[in-house]
Amino acid sequence: RTQLRERIGQESESEAKTDGEPPSDNEIKPDTVTDVQPGANETPEVLNKALSEWWIRGVLTLAMICFFFIIIYLGPMVLMMIVLCVQIKCFQEIITIGYSVYHSYHLPWFRTLSGEYFLLCVNYFFYGETVTDYFFTLVQREEPLRILSKYHRFISFALYLTGFCMFVLSLVKKHYRLQFYMFGWTHVTLLIVVTQSHLIIHNLFEGMIWFIVPISCVICNDIMAYMFGFFFGRTPLIKLSPKKTWEGFIGGFFSTVVFGLLLSYVMAGYRYFVCPVEFNSDSNSFTVDCEPSELFQLHNYGLPSVVQSAIGWKTIHMYPFQIHSVALSAFASLIGPFGGFFASGFKRAFKIKDFANTIPGHGGIMDRFDCQYIMATFVNVYIASFIRGPNPSKVMQQLLALRLDQQLQIFNTLKSHLIEKGLLSASEEVA
Amino acid sequence: MTELRQRRGEGGDAGYRDNDNISDKETDGEDKTEIGGEADRDSKQDTDTPEVQPSVDNTPECLNKALSGLSSRWKNWWIRGILTLTMISGFFLTIYMGPLVLMFLVLGIQIKCFHEIITIGYRVYHSYDLPWFRTLSWYFLLCVNYFFYGETVADYFVTFVQREEPLQFLVRYHRFISFALYLTGFCMFVLSLVKKHYRLQFYMFAWTHVTLLIVVTQSHLVIQNLFEGMIWFIVPISIVICNDIMAYLFGFFFGRTPLIKLSPKKTWEGFIGGFFSTVVFGFLFAYLLAQYTYLVCPVGYSESNSFAVSCEPSELFVLQEYTLPSPLRTLLRSKTVKLYPFQFHSIALSTFASLIGPFGGFFASGFKRAFKIKDFADTIPGHGGIMDRFDCQYLMATFVHVYITSFIRGPNPSKVLQQLMVLQPEQQLSIFNTLKSHLTERGMIPPAEAVQ
Repeated sequence: RTQLRERIGQESESEAKTDGEPPSDNEIKPDTVTDVQPGANETPEVLNKALSEWWIRGVLTLAMICFFFIIIYLGPMVLMMIVLCVQIKCFQEIITIGYSVYHSYHLPWFRTLSGEYFLLCVNYFFYGETVTDYFFTLVQREEPLRILSKYHRFISFALYLTGFCMFVLSLVKKHYRLQFYMFGWTHVTLLIVVTQSHLIIHNLFEGMIWFIVPISCVICNDIMAYMFGFFFGRTPLIKLSPKKTWEGFIGGFFSTVVFGLLLSYVMAGYRYFVCPVEFNSDSNSFTVDCEPSELFQLHNYGLPSVVQSAIGWKTIHMYPFQIHSVALSAFASLIGPFGGFFASGFKRAFKIKDFANTIPGHGGIMDRFDCQYIMATFVNVYIASFIRGPNPSKVMQQLLALRLDQQLQIFNTLKSHLIEKGLLSASEEVA
Repeated sequence: MTELRQRRGEGGDAGYRDNDNISDKETDGEDKTEIGGEADRDSKQDTDTPEVQPSVDNTPECLNKALSGLSSRWKNWWIRGILTLTMISGFFLTIYMGPLVLMFLVLGIQIKCFHEIITIGYRVYHSYDLPWFRTLSWYFLLCVNYFFYGETVADYFVTFVQREEPLQFLVRYHRFISFALYLTGFCMFVLSLVKKHYRLQFYMFAWTHVTLLIVVTQSHLVIQNLFEGMIWFIVPISIVICNDIMAYLFGFFFGRTPLIKLSPKKTWEGFIGGFFSTVVFGFLFAYLLAQYTYLVCPVGYSESNSFAVSCEPSELFVLQEYTLPSPLRTLLRSKTVKLYPFQFHSIALSTFASLIGPFGGFFASGFKRAFKIKDFADTIPGHGGIMDRFDCQYLMATFVHVYITSFIRGPNPSKVLQQLMVLQPEQQLSIFNTLKSHLTERGMIPPAEAVQ
C-alpha cells in the first residue's frame, strides 16, 4: 500500500489517493498497469523508502536534463527525430489507456491497427507540409518529390479516406459503440498529440532558442513550484491537485520569470540557437548560420527611475528577446499548470495513476509532457502573431504557382512599391 | 422497460460492460435503422428501437388533413415527397438570393447539426445535470467559428478590412485572439471539473471536440468552396442528393444483393445504378450550370459593400471542342463535341459522391446503431434531423475542397501580395529579381527591361 503512496512532489499520483475516493478506487483494474516498482523497496521504514524514491527521481531528472542538452548539441535533425519518437510514445500510451478503459483487447488485430494507421496518415500530412516549406529547393530538384508535394493534400486525404472506409467496413455488430469510442479516442489523441508536436517542430525551425527556452521554463516552473510548495506551502490551490499550493504557484511564477530572463540572456548570444534552421541544398545538411535579427542584438534600455535608484544603473544591456521571454515564462507559470490539471483530471476520470511506466519514478512520457503541449501551441501562436513574418521562400513558391498574368500584375505592383521605397532606381522603370 | 434499458448511458464505469452486452444483443434485431433508404420511416413495427425523442408527429396540420384519406404507408411517402420537394425548392431559392444568404444558411445548418449531435451526447451520458457543459460546448462552437470566419473574412474581404482600423487590429492578431478565447474555455473546463463527474465531463469534452472537428471545419470548407464559385457548391450537393435518390430508386426496383451488413436496405444494384445515373446527371447538370457567370465566377467583395459575382470565366468554363473517339463518332454522327472542361471534373466529383460518399452514410448508420438512436432529431417530418440529410455531404465537401486546392485553384493573388508587402525590403528585392528573371524567361516582359 505504501508503494502506492507518496510519489512526492508529483501531484498526479498523490491526488489520486487524496481526493477522498475510497482507496479501492485507486487500485487500477488488473489489466492496467499500476505499481512502478513492484519490489524495489523492501525496507519497512517510510523514511528510507521516501529517500530512495527521492534519489531515483533526482537521478532520473538529471539524466533527462543531460539527455536534453546532448540532443541539442547534436543538432536539429536529431531533435526532430526525438520529437517524433516522443510523439509516437505519447500516442501509444494514450491509446493503450483507451483500450484498457474499454476492455477492447479482444478486438481482432486489424481493428486495433487502425489507430496506428491514422497516426501515420496525420504525420505524413504534417511532415509533408513542413518538408515542402523548408526543403523547398531540395523538393524542386527531385521529380518524384515534386509530384508528391504538389498533390500533397490530395494524397494525404486519399490515405485518410482509406483508413476511414476501412473503419466503416470493419464495424462489427456487437461492438459498434466500442469501435466508435476508439475512433473518437484516436482522433482526439491525434488532435492533441500530433498537431502539437508539429507545432514544436515549427518552433524549432524558427530558431532552437524558441524550442529550448519554453521547454526549460516549463521544467523550471515544475521544479520551482514544487520547491516553494514544499518549503512554504500552506493554502491549497485547486481541489483537483491537493498538493499544489498558492505559495508554490506564486513562487514558481516569479522564479520562472527570473530564470527565463537569465537563460535567454545566456542563449541569445549564440548564433547556433538564434538563427532559423535552414536546409542547405548544396551541402544537403542543416545549417544554422545567419545574421541575428534585431531581437537577438543587445540594446540599451533606459531604466525607469524606480529601478534606477534600486540598482544604481541608468541603462541596461538587454536583448529584446528577453522581454518576450517574460511573456513566455508568465504563460508557462500561469496557464501551463492547467495542462497539468487537465492531465490530473484525466487520470482521475479513468482511474489511472500514471500514463505508463516508461520512466521509473516519473511515470510515462506523457506525464512529463502534459504541461508542454499547451506551451508549444502558445509559443507557435505567439511567434506567428508577434514575431515572424511570412516565410519568403513560401511566398516565392506561391508566386510561381500563380497564373502568368497574375504574376505580371504582382510584379508591377511590387516594382512600384520598391521604387517608392528607394530600393530600385527609377531608371529601371519602363513606360 | 425497453426504453429504460436502452437509455442507460455511461453513468458509471461498472455499468458499461453490461450495457454494451445488453444493447448489442438488440442490434441483431435492428436492421431497420439506416439512413438514405427512403422507406426506413415505415418500419414502425420494430419495437426494439424506441426513438430517443418522444415520437412527436411534426407534420403540419394542413398536410395531415390533406392526406387523411390515405393509408399510413402512402401517407409517409407523400410526406417525404412533399418535404423533399420543399427542401429542393428552398435550396434553389437561397441560391437565387445570393452568396451572403448562402453563407448564413450554411452557418444555420452547422449550428443545428452541432446542436443535434451534442444533444445526443447529453442523452447518452445523462449529462443534463452538468449545466456548465452546455455553456462550454456553445462557447467552444463560438470560438472555433470565430477562428474560421476570421480567416475567411481576412482572405476575401481584404479591401473592406483595410479600411476599418479596429478590424485591422483584429485581423493582425487574429490567431492570438482566437487562441486566447479557446484557452479561456479550456481553463474554464478544468476549473469546472467536479469530483464525481470527471469521466462524464471528459467524455463530453471529447464529444464536443470531435463534433466541432467534423461539423464546423467541414462547414467552413463548404463556404470556401462557395467562394470559389457557386457552381462548386451547387453541383456537389446536387450530385449527392441525386445519388441518394437514384440509389434508392434502383434499389427499390431492381434491388437484390445486399451491399453491407450495416445498412441492409442498400443493395449492389442500387449502388451501381446510382453510380452511373449520378455520373450522367452530373455531366448534364454541369453543362447546364456552367453557362451562367453568376454561378461560375469566384465570389468577390467589391467596393460597393456587396458581393460581386462577375468576371471573365476561367478556361474551365469556356466551351471547348473535343474530338470524339471513333466509336462515339459513329454513334453521335459528329466529329467533335463542344464541352466544358468543367464537365470532366464533374465526372470525378460524381464518382466520389457515388463510391465514397455512401461511406459517410454508413458511418452515420453505425453511429446511430452504436448509440441506439433512430434519427438524429425530429426536425424534418419524414426525414429525421438535419444531420440525417447532411451526413453524406460532409465527406463530399472536404473532397471538393481538397480537389479544388490540388487541381484547380492556385493561391489567391491578393493574399500573396499581402504577404509580400510584409516581408523585409531585402527579401522583397530578392523575390523581385527572381520573379523578373522568371517572367523574362516566359516572355512576359520584353528582354530589354531585364537590364538592371
